[in-house]
Amino acid sequence: MTIFTHLYKEDRAGGVLLGLLLAAGLLVPVLNLGLGEAHPLHLSTYTVTLLGKYLCYALLAMAVDMAWGYLGILTLGHGAFFALGGYAMGMYLMRQIGSRGVYGHPLLPDFMVFLNWKELPWFWHGFDGFIFALLMVMAVPGLLAFLFGWFAFRSRVTGVYLSIMTQALTYALMLAFFRNDLGFGGNNGLTDFKEILGFSLQADGTRAGLFAASAAALALGYLACRFITRSRLGKLCTAIRDQEDRARFIGYRVEAAKLWVFVFSAVLAGIAGALYVPQVGIINPTEFAPLASIEAVVWVAVGGRATLYGAVLGALIINYAKSYLTAAFPDAWLFGLGALFVLVTLFLPQGVAGLLQMVPFRKKGGTP
Amino acid sequence: MPMRSDSYRRHLLLATIAAVLLVLSPYAAGLARSAPGTGFEEGMTLLLEEDFGRKAAGVDMLAESSDPRAESILETMLAGELFYLKENRTLVQARPEGDGFAARAILGDADLGTVAKRKLKKIAINNSLRGQLESALARLRLSNADAGVRAEAVNKMLATVTPESRAQWAGYLQSETDPAVQAALRAALALTVLRDGSAGPAERRAAVAQLAGHLHPTVRNELARLLAGEPEAPIRKAAQRALEGIDARLAWLDFFETFFFGLSLGSVLVLAAIGLAITFGVIGVINMAHGELIMLGAYTAFVLQQLLPDAIGTALVLSIPTAFVVAGLVGMAIERTIIRFLYGRPLETLLATFGVSLILQQAVRSIFSPLNRSVATPAWMSGAIQLNAVLSLTTNRVVILLFSLLVFAGLALLLKKSSIGLQVRAVAQNRAMARAMGVRAARVDALTFGLGSGIAGIAGVALSQLTNVGPNLGQAYIVDSFMVVVFGGVGNLWGTLLGGLTLGVTNKFLEPWTGAVMAKILVLVFIVLFIQKRPQGLFPQKGRAAAG
Repeated sequence: MTIFTHLYKEDRAGGVLLGLLLAAGLLVPVLNLGLGEAHPLHLSTYTVTLLGKYLCYALLAMAVDMAWGYLGILTLGHGAFFALGGYAMGMYLMRQIGSRGVYGHPLLPDFMVFLNWKELPWFWHGFDGFIFALLMVMAVPGLLAFLFGWFAFRSRVTGVYLSIMTQALTYALMLAFFRNDLGFGGNNGLTDFKEILGFSLQADGTRAGLFAASAAALALGYLACRFITRSRLGKLCTAIRDQEDRARFIGYRVEAAKLWVFVFSAVLAGIAGALYVPQVGIINPTEFAPLASIEAVVWVAVGGRATLYGAVLGALIINYAKSYLTAAFPDAWLFGLGALFVLVTLFLPQGVAGLLQMVPFRKKGGTP
Repeated sequence: MPMRSDSYRRHLLLATIAAVLLVLSPYAAGLARSAPGTGFEEGMTLLLEEDFGRKAAGVDMLAESSDPRAESILETMLAGELFYLKENRTLVQARPEGDGFAARAILGDADLGTVAKRKLKKIAINNSLRGQLESALARLRLSNADAGVRAEAVNKMLATVTPESRAQWAGYLQSETDPAVQAALRAALALTVLRDGSAGPAERRAAVAQLAGHLHPTVRNELARLLAGEPEAPIRKAAQRALEGIDARLAWLDFFETFFFGLSLGSVLVLAAIGLAITFGVIGVINMAHGELIMLGAYTAFVLQQLLPDAIGTALVLSIPTAFVVAGLVGMAIERTIIRFLYGRPLETLLATFGVSLILQQAVRSIFSPLNRSVATPAWMSGAIQLNAVLSLTTNRVVILLFSLLVFAGLALLLKKSSIGLQVRAVAQNRAMARAMGVRAARVDALTFGLGSGIAGIAGVALSQLTNVGPNLGQAYIVDSFMVVVFGGVGNLWGTLLGGLTLGVTNKFLEPWTGAVMAKILVLVFIVLFIQKRPQGLFPQKGRAAAG
């Protein structure tokens, strides 16, 4: 039980977050499946899926926070890792369709039959196995982040240059994935999924299960991020963020530390994407759009940088606001989002988490 | 009066050529021919017939009539805009407008207003009639007073010259005085020889020599055909040499054309990036709303054209200073209200200005609708500059290339020669020192930001001539602009110029190999790798400024 007492003493907000996630992971499926539709506490499957989507975004936000909050890399391209993880999962789901596609081909997904392809491209092999797909969900974004970081950090590209480079990365990937001949469904992406691990994606039970899996992934992700940020590596990262040259002169291998944390962050984003795709039922190149990545940065900015739980909070608040505003006032959303960018950077540099920290939660007489 | 006799002879010859061609035309066989001038009315009535053969005869009669109105009638017919009114069977020119057609009488030029569709009947044309219309028009144009029109007409007819028309071409060559038209006519003459099975070896040889260096595709095909079937070895050799010469010139022209397209793309990149280079270089912040300032410039051009619908050229010229002021003021407003508070926090500036870009995009979407708008191209910018038979440069691209060089020169002069330019450079090099010397840095920041934003507006006016104007116009160029700035080296105008042109040319040379999208991706990858080697770009800043 040490971890719980530790959480209670050292990381009150994190404890609250984990508790809420645990409660949600258990309660939401019960409220959805266990109660009849007439019951006042019943949660519709639509709501469950929506909440699951928010949790995936929250995991992505946490990945961005690792890079931006703890490493000082303002990444404008984390959507690329998210989308790559999503595509890896999408490929698995496509292979699961089998001969139930519109064209009924036993091996080829519909879009390949439509493009008159005769055999499966080499990079589609293996994706019929779930374990292999899971590996790819982590390996592909991780590898890309490794290559990118290897080149960028070694030559000491920092600051706005690095930000623009990450944006160029996701922009280039978006252009590439829009092409039909790349072999990922072009403009339409991958969609029309049927089942995951033998469970129908349309079934309420699967949706609830995916929600629970997202909540678990977010909780585990939080613990992993927390473990890293509190380790010696995490301390070094903070040092690099605040004074990169000084950390280097002391003798730390700044590039290696940055590289590993960046790769970890990309893998996290990939997992978020992989959980996201079966819930929304589609993955297409617009996930690579620079705007998608930069929105994730705003979630972190609103929630509060370098707190982890702030990123989760920001992602949930903004996405709820987006769902509400795009339905209620479709024209107002971009105005609101734009104003949020400006106002948060000008007046709320610490985000909502900073506001919370100003409120004295401690009991009277408690030691600081 | 040599002039008059020349033109008289030309007309006579033309009539003869036309007559010969008419005999060759399968449609016209068996039709009674009428004397020049009298066929016009009859040809007009024949056009109304349903039967394509009789229509074809009508076309030939019009072409033969040497009536000055014939050319425009045939042009209208070729464009598919020739109709007749069902009630009195008079020919009209009509274009779709709203529910009906905007019609005007083809003879007399009277405007008939909008006519309902059911009152009109279209003069339908088919493919063979289209070919015949084209050659008839070419024949008419051979008598045009403008040498350029005559040369083009000859070139158009090269593909269809027949050995029988040889004497006519020779006669026409004698009466021609313009060297360009003469060259085209000599090629036509040589082609009649090569296409004539009975021509002797000496004649063929002379014809091959005549065709060497001629770039028209027909000439190349004819030489290739000759090479395959020629019995005489020396002539084969000559043809081979002529062919190689033509191919070498074609390859060079192809290279030149690609290079020009590259420069054109590069000039657009330079225009889009140069404002960014100034603000980034001086203030050290990235303005993510730069693309939207370009967009505002493009919309300024659109709005001015809407306000002055009768003078789109004037509106376009006026929109250059207007866009500069509009975008400049918006830029200064952004600097005074947001960026000023974020100096020293470049990443936050990036986020905040990105928010501004979203707001500007949505504002444009709300005001002008999310649909693309098109800005009209004035007459003096449309069309192409024909350099020779295969190479032509689109006028608007040439104008924009020159325009961007002009803007660059103006900006370089401003920064080098004016006192405000001196202050801008001082602040860019060392802000603290400049302030110590009495430069009001805050004022310089605002002015620089206004200047950079204003140039973005001008870039938008230029871009409105190349693409449609829409809310996403800026986004399409923002990543490219950053690449140019990063590649060229921050805070260096010449780096931006060279960087933009290099990237444009590289892109266009890669395109045939890889396709447009892959070329763009490859260029991005190249820049990422280039930054590894030279993080400060092509022209790094020197001294202490580099440390920042």
